[in-house]
Amino acid sequence: MDKHLVSPSPHVHSKDSTASLMRDVVIALTPALIVSVIFYGWKELLVIAASVFFCVALEYLITRFLLKKPSTVADMSAVVTGLLLAMNLPYTTPWWIVFIGALVAIGVAKMTFGGLGQNIFNPAITARVFLLVSFPTAMTHWEMPKGLFGVDAVSGATPLGAIKEGLMQGSSVQDLMAEHGYSYAQMLFANLGGSAGEISAIALLVGFVYLLVRRVIKPYITLSIFGTVFVFSGIMWLINPAQFTDPVFNMLTGGMILGACFMATDYVTSPMSDKGGVIFGIGIGLIAMLIRYFGAYPEGVSFAILIMNMAVPIINKYCHQKKFGRA
Amino acid sequence: MAKTTFRIGGVHPDDAKLSRGCAIEVLPLPQVVYISMAQHLGAPAKPIVAVGDKVKAGQVIAEPGGFISAYVHSSVSGTVKSIAPRKDLAGNYMTHIEIAVEGDEWMEGIDLSDTLVTELPDDRAAILEKIKACGVVGLGGATFPAHVKLNPAPGSKAECLILNGAECEPYLTSDFRIMLERSKEIVIGAAIMQKVLGDCRCVIGIEENKPEAIESMSKALSELKYPNIQILPLKKKYPQGGEKQLIDAVMKRQVKSGGLPISVGAVVQNVATSLAVYEAVQKNKPLVTNTMTITGDCLPVEKQHNYLFRIGMPLSYIAEYAGGVPESAAKLISGGPMMGKAIANLDACTVKGSSSILYLSEAATKRNPSSNCIRCGKCADACPMGLEPFLLNRLYKAGDTDGLEANAVQDCIECGCCLYSCPANIALLDNIRLAKGQVMGIIRARAAAAKAAVEAAKSNTAK
Repeated sequence: MDKHLVSPSPHVHSKDSTASLMRDVVIALTPALIVSVIFYGWKELLVIAASVFFCVALEYLITRFLLKKPSTVADMSAVVTGLLLAMNLPYTTPWWIVFIGALVAIGVAKMTFGGLGQNIFNPAITARVFLLVSFPTAMTHWEMPKGLFGVDAVSGATPLGAIKEGLMQGSSVQDLMAEHGYSYAQMLFANLGGSAGEISAIALLVGFVYLLVRRVIKPYITLSIFGTVFVFSGIMWLINPAQFTDPVFNMLTGGMILGACFMATDYVTSPMSDKGGVIFGIGIGLIAMLIRYFGAYPEGVSFAILIMNMAVPIINKYCHQKKFGRA
Repeated sequence: MAKTTFRIGGVHPDDAKLSRGCAIEVLPLPQVVYISMAQHLGAPAKPIVAVGDKVKAGQVIAEPGGFISAYVHSSVSGTVKSIAPRKDLAGNYMTHIEIAVEGDEWMEGIDLSDTLVTELPDDRAAILEKIKACGVVGLGGATFPAHVKLNPAPGSKAECLILNGAECEPYLTSDFRIMLERSKEIVIGAAIMQKVLGDCRCVIGIEENKPEAIESMSKALSELKYPNIQILPLKKKYPQGGEKQLIDAVMKRQVKSGGLPISVGAVVQNVATSLAVYEAVQKNKPLVTNTMTITGDCLPVEKQHNYLFRIGMPLSYIAEYAGGVPESAAKLISGGPMMGKAIANLDACTVKGSSSILYLSEAATKRNPSSNCIRCGKCADACPMGLEPFLLNRLYKAGDTDGLEANAVQDCIECGCCLYSCPANIALLDNIRLAKGQVMGIIRARAAAAKAAVEAAKSNTAK
């Protein structure tokens, strides 16, 4: 008998592991990554590879040599951070900016707090915001995609940036939309200026549905962000369509879909309960739209997520699951 | 019929009902049986035989040791060899009566034939007395004395008798087999309990992964024509067989924290208990046999069995008869893989509630090293009591018993869904069990202190 295990129940375990969940996120990001490589070419691939490499290598070096603990890279979370960071960068980003981003994401936002599960802020977004304020030119200068359609690369701003710029010079939203020839179909499938994470709404949504089907995440946070953005921008647009962009435009541009589907739903930095998730999502949607409409930056999703990350502990304190047999 | 299930939490482990095709076989008698005095929830029974006594199968050998306790009968005929402490399967000592088997002689008046007795007795009190005298206890896991549950306190009324045929634990197939092979007896047992409870309605809940059982029970029901009994197919989800979960699934009512099922008008009994009630009331046969499954992922299907065993048979005897412990077994379990107990001592004996010997391979049962909580919330989604295991684990580590109580650790049913679903392999239930023990102790101490204060106040005013 002494060769048999004796330990408390349960005696079996589900097949889920941290690594398997992270692997599902990687799979979910793949369609968007493929689209971005098709449109931006090998340079985009280099940015993605560099970002993942730096994130994983930095996590390994920090755990092994700074913290002197077993390496945690096998849990794949650094790969996810690397991919998400890459999706927030222009394909023209020089390697050393990618490296600084990885250092901020892994070194500052993640490992200083104690590694996976302990960080307050989403590492990839922290890095993106850090780079945005540190290297505004490199981070906001886009060359329009060519790739498939063989159009020559044209430098330009993202739709959000172009509209913001135009509004400041006194044009109306309708004129600017017409002038730049933006179409929703284009935004949905690809072919607008932006980072890998902004280029194709459909590819991102496919990944999001995959995560839902695999039950990696639940839809509450994402849907409450979308709902809030849609309703809030809808009201503003109805009040003054010359000053405020319409709801569909706001849903499809910038990091809205990437943020709502992949960044705000990060386990570690989002609330534990469904109810908390809804509150978190409403907060992100509102803050993002306030920044877009009234702030200095054309894009507000990253800031909104970081601000709401700070509110997560207090949301967790007041929002709990509904208990069985207790009113 | 629309399939239903309980509304909060739950997990979907692979049901692995490998032994579902194995018909129930009767185990031959061993040379000796050891009958435990602690085969039920509540006070252990008190032996009433002496060493050297001759006993027959079905003879009372121990009396209830309290209100919540049960009679224990000899499962064999023979001579009492010893009455002494002996290790149970976890290695704890408990008084056992050792009986050397001689022949197979049963007490007078016990009907061992297969003849179905469908006529229901009328006298409610007599039925209850019979169930008590035959030592019937709940066979769904908790082994709560059946006559206590079937006799609700004055002022409470049973609206619905729920028969638990969910068998939601993976691997186990004994309930499934009796629902196939003894369906009519189970239905009659249900009708008897229905009568005892004052002709309430009866719902037999069976999970959809057992269509043959649903079919067989439906057939028995339509042939026997007792009124007001129905079969309710349930969506497969663990822990459907949990009492509170099953009530929620069937009646859509939640038993309040700390409350009893009867507070929402429900009485839950297992299908195996229903069979035992039938045998007790209609055939005068005490609870001395039950059905168990010999199964596991490292046991070839042709070596798997469903056995009718006599209570007190050593597990080692049954394992040996079934072909021995497989080489690749890393863990031996009595019960299912989610809530069963690891067997530390294979020489331990079967009790009324024994349901299986489960052999799990290292691959199936090994726990991986735990890593950081990633706050995915899967444990909270899985918890059928709506608790937040990640939070309870954290509060336990911080030693915050007030916080644990405020977050309802005492409501934990120890189903294992949290630990099962945790991707970081954190020992959630291990810690929550310890936390629950601490908090229950505090709650009991507080209740005792409050009672003492009331007594003191009373005696003061009397003065």
